[in-house]
Amino acid sequence: MASMVGATVVRKEDPALLTGRGRYVDDIQLPGAVSMAFVRSHQAHARVTAIDTEAARQLPGVLGVWTAADLEGLPATRSIPGMERPCLASDTVRFVGEPVAVVAAQDRYLAADAAAAVVVDYEPLPVLATIEQAMAEGAAPIVPGQASNVVMDQPLTEGDAEAELAAAPHRTSLRIRNQRLAAVPIEPGGCVASWDSTGLTLYATVQAPHPVRNELAVMFGLPQHEVRVVAPDVGGGFGAKASFYPEFILTAELSRRLGRPVKFVETRSENLVSMTHGRAQLQDIDVGFDDEGRLLAMRVAIVQDCGAWPDATGAGLPTLTIFMSGGCYKVGTIAASFRSVTTNTTPVAAYRGAGRPEAAYLIERVVDVVADELGRDPVDVRRVNLIQPGEMPFATQWPGIVYDESDYPRLLDTLLEHLDYEALKREAEERRRDPQRPLLGIGFSTFVEMGGFGPSPLFEQFGYIGGWESSTVRMNPDGSVVVSVGTSPHGQGHETAFAQIASDALGGIPMERITVRHGDTQTIQEGIGTMGSRAIPVCGPAVQRSSDKVRQKLLQIAAHLLEASEDDIEQDGERFAVRGTPGAEVTVAEVALTAYKPHKLPEGMEIGLQVMDYYEPTNLSYPSGAHACVVEVDRATGQVSVLRYVAVDDCGTVINPLTARGQVEGGLAQGIAQALLEEVVYDGEGQPVTSSLIDYQVPGAPDVPGMETHHVEVRTSFNPLGAKGLGESGATAAPQAVVNAVVDALSHLGVRDLDMPLTPFRVWTAMRAAEEGRAAAASDGTGPPPEAMRPDPAAPPPPDGMPTPPADGDDTWKVTP
Amino acid sequence: MRHDVTLRVNGVVNRHTVESRQLLVHHLRETLGLTGTHVGCDTSNCGACTVLLDGVAVKSCTVFTVAADGGEVLTVEGLAQDGQLTPVQEGFRQCHGLQCGYCTPGMVVSATGLLLDRPDPSPEEIREGLEGNLCRCTGYQMIVESVRWAADHGGPGAVAEAHRSRTEAGTP
Amino acid sequence: MIPAEFDYVAASSLEDALRLLGEHGDEAKLLAGGHSLIPLMKFRLAAPSVLVDISRLPELRTLRPSDGHLRLGAGLRIRDLELSPVVREQVPLLAAAAASVGDRQVRARATVGGTVVHGDPAADIPAVLVTLDATLVLRGPAGERELSAAEFFVDFWETACGLDEVLVEIVVPALPGRRWAFEKFRQRSQDWATVGVAVQETADGEHAVGLVNMAPVPWRASPVEDALRSGAAVPEAAGHAAEGAAPPSDLRGDSAYRAHLAQVLTAKALTTAGAGS
Repeated sequence: MASMVGATVVRKEDPALLTGRGRYVDDIQLPGAVSMAFVRSHQAHARVTAIDTEAARQLPGVLGVWTAADLEGLPATRSIPGMERPCLASDTVRFVGEPVAVVAAQDRYLAADAAAAVVVDYEPLPVLATIEQAMAEGAAPIVPGQASNVVMDQPLTEGDAEAELAAAPHRTSLRIRNQRLAAVPIEPGGCVASWDSTGLTLYATVQAPHPVRNELAVMFGLPQHEVRVVAPDVGGGFGAKASFYPEFILTAELSRRLGRPVKFVETRSENLVSMTHGRAQLQDIDVGFDDEGRLLAMRVAIVQDCGAWPDATGAGLPTLTIFMSGGCYKVGTIAASFRSVTTNTTPVAAYRGAGRPEAAYLIERVVDVVADELGRDPVDVRRVNLIQPGEMPFATQWPGIVYDESDYPRLLDTLLEHLDYEALKREAEERRRDPQRPLLGIGFSTFVEMGGFGPSPLFEQFGYIGGWESSTVRMNPDGSVVVSVGTSPHGQGHETAFAQIASDALGGIPMERITVRHGDTQTIQEGIGTMGSRAIPVCGPAVQRSSDKVRQKLLQIAAHLLEASEDDIEQDGERFAVRGTPGAEVTVAEVALTAYKPHKLPEGMEIGLQVMDYYEPTNLSYPSGAHACVVEVDRATGQVSVLRYVAVDDCGTVINPLTARGQVEGGLAQGIAQALLEEVVYDGEGQPVTSSLIDYQVPGAPDVPGMETHHVEVRTSFNPLGAKGLGESGATAAPQAVVNAVVDALSHLGVRDLDMPLTPFRVWTAMRAAEEGRAAAASDGTGPPPEAMRPDPAAPPPPDGMPTPPADGDDTWKVTP
Repeated sequence: MRHDVTLRVNGVVNRHTVESRQLLVHHLRETLGLTGTHVGCDTSNCGACTVLLDGVAVKSCTVFTVAADGGEVLTVEGLAQDGQLTPVQEGFRQCHGLQCGYCTPGMVVSATGLLLDRPDPSPEEIREGLEGNLCRCTGYQMIVESVRWAADHGGPGAVAEAHRSRTEAGTP
Repeated sequence: MIPAEFDYVAASSLEDALRLLGEHGDEAKLLAGGHSLIPLMKFRLAAPSVLVDISRLPELRTLRPSDGHLRLGAGLRIRDLELSPVVREQVPLLAAAAASVGDRQVRARATVGGTVVHGDPAADIPAVLVTLDATLVLRGPAGERELSAAEFFVDFWETACGLDEVLVEIVVPALPGRRWAFEKFRQRSQDWATVGVAVQETADGEHAVGLVNMAPVPWRASPVEDALRSGAAVPEAAGHAAEGAAPPSDLRGDSAYRAHLAQVLTAKALTTAGAGS
């Protein structure tokens, strides 16, 4: 029997989605539904002195207008105790976009009119738009009841590693700003709430319906079975749809009050200020190393910008960053601490990778800086530090953080097989000497991250009831199969992947006979949700186990029907036969039907073919990889073109090469966009500058390069499927590969570091500053320029005087695959 | 102010009274219940709302319904006939050109419009041709391959070709 | 994002449109392709009480050669300019700039008249018209008047088109076989130009240079032209590209970067268009 796990299978999800028969939240049109719209603060920090709702109430089609005062007693969203965010701002607004009032009207047009007619008077308060302002002496705390804006201040180690750093032959430091990003799922946020005699139903575009149900049940004082949360088709999430939003409570409350379904769908402009942002870390790193570049000691201090209201996940992101800050290297010792700080900006929480991309960027930039300081090849510095396959599983210094099986050197070797590194280095050198040609740079990223979130003791800390996953496998009396899973997909292709796993575990039941269901707390057993690259490594084994138990029963019944020993039963797809006895056969459907006929079952066997099972992972899994990026930098404009991006990933067992490629490439596109384009920007008054897709730079098709993806499969022993997860790998791996490449291209100018995003303007500014620094150093006699900056006597003089037309025709960074 | 509007949508003539300000995308989604066409932004950037209007791909979030009166619209729901996916749809399926599916209807219609104009596009022409459609899931490479697959397996499809030839959108 | 309420009237003719404009004064706005207006209305940055739809008037959708010129109806879609064999042959600079506007869907709907009357200095077509010394034909209650592109663009988002006037035609010189170049530098494919440069070899063999997004209006880089005329080589002439301009500063670049880009792109465009050779 050919295994379905590992087979290239087109997706079961696609025919509906391709023909417009997907069903997203805004597609749900319940009879009598009304539209809710927010009145949002356009001030970053202000006292609300008056809200005039009268004009809005008088407009046609308006069912009501509510402020915080009108909804007294409404629960706040759950967060770190003492920092719960109210659904509507009452006396103070704390970021642009914070809801101040809600309206309900007959349709979205009238709701928009009503929201526009509400007049809010503000009295401005000092705006703390940055962590620096928020941490400044005398800065008033943004969250009431807090002593300062530093809401968490935690050392994760006892010492500061100063002795080890001082003892190291070399030491250097680096400051990294991992910029604030917006997830921008193409489907913005939204929900529809409806009460009936059975309780509350909320359709919401979320990654985890069960946790939303749990919260709502507490908030409305209902038993959990009277709250039904449905995640229908979900148009992307990327972590941001794992957060809990005030609209979930507000639509439910308005629906309760009005006795009608209430729908809210964000506009994109709202989405960019309302949906949680990601990253937003400032990292200070000291590193001590020896002559070969061995990392002897590292000190990491992180400041996490939490935005105005700390999110339980967001405030804790630095812990994940610190746990992964050693990357795939044996670092002598790491001393680490972090502070989480509130600012007058949109709250920050998980975004694809949540804390681990920040770690991978940190350590991979450190390795390149170390290589640069020593004048060594960055690949060599990686090699001397890599954890070896014989050392796996590898216990890091952090309790419980144990890397599973992988072969990091082999990943790097495989990458180099796809890259003529020596030739590229020669070309980069030649180009440096030819001012007519764009500069070339090569960047590496050997990374490891966390997948398969659980186990329960860890995942509890992020507010989930556990870190397990669940699966119910039911074989119908006709032999068809329904698999219900506790994870909730939003593009990953679970309906296909879990069917593949079930097909194998059920002994070869054809894919088309298996249907996977998810995303409805009424019909799905308990579940946790989809985040942290956990669906395949955590829910996959649950599907495998429940399927296997169904199969064991099928075999018993088949043996009974065929009057043979179970050991002699063979399964060929939908047929059971007795080994060595031609003609002794029974179909799966016949066996399945028998399972529902107790009088034909073996003595004592229970009726039916349904098994529910949980899987609690023993640990996190650790997807890893080695990636390289080759860039060209236009000397005149600073424009970066990605010429090649090569990815070698180890996600353990690959379930479906087609969808695995999709996960990697999609993640890479987001990672490359972080490196080159994207940043949420606020001005000094806390006003968002990037609040539409005109300014927030989500890349289009011409803006993303072709990508080459490869896999090295090293199974993890941490789960029976051997899979590690893949959803976050691309976004974790790519930023530093790109930035290392650009810094490499500019290194001869003395450029040592650049902050993302590397827009043409920023790169040009860095090049110009380097040129000016060089000129100043040469003229004021402060000393010779560093080795790398010295003009090569054999090279022609550098270009001076503008403009120099680029020699080749194309100055864009559009790359064709 | 309200207006009587007649639109031929996916071959069916519809007559409705609409507000001046109603956007075509809301007419399709809410008046006609054709929810395959999506809204993903407010600034004509994302292209999730792309439909063929009188033979060419347009962003239905930036067209007033009343201004399309008398026109002919083809949405994602109108492409496949008798359950048979068009080459573009089949290409997306074969090449995994979609993940969450939200940008997909706009992407498929936009790609269909591109192939009506340019039956044999290079990968780079596909990228440029789809620059008005944002996808956050795929990284675009598999979308490019999907459209190339369609170009190699029959192009934009019979329904779209008939729509184009009836409406004769082209150059003056 | 929902526009505020308004009345909609489809003009039955140009005269009807003028009558409606006269009737409603500054409460009315013309609707053509709507790709500048509708987004503004969604954000309620524009809230006209009457929209006069001129998008279907056949008299605005004409394209005719006339005496060494092309007369383009203001209602032509950008896509029409991009794909028209006549425009591509006679005014290839305009066709190339049209092909770089927005995206395919936007070009299918947006009109040349709309982008011109919107008066956005970051738009491509206005700078090309300034480069081509185009003539803009306006029809108002008192009849027709003609303005040069240089006169037409007054300030940021402000043109000489009166509230009671309709831009009816754009007259550009036919320059088949003359060399040209259009350089558009942008951070992302969907973006407006950070800076753009249009260069056109004129009928008398000189080079006209126009800049996108370098001033509150589409900008004619006369100092570059003067330098070329007085015999400067391309690099030297291009060095004058930002002279007198007032480039904006934003996330895509400060004014110094834009001035630098203008020089770089001008040099490239001049070289492509055969200047100094």
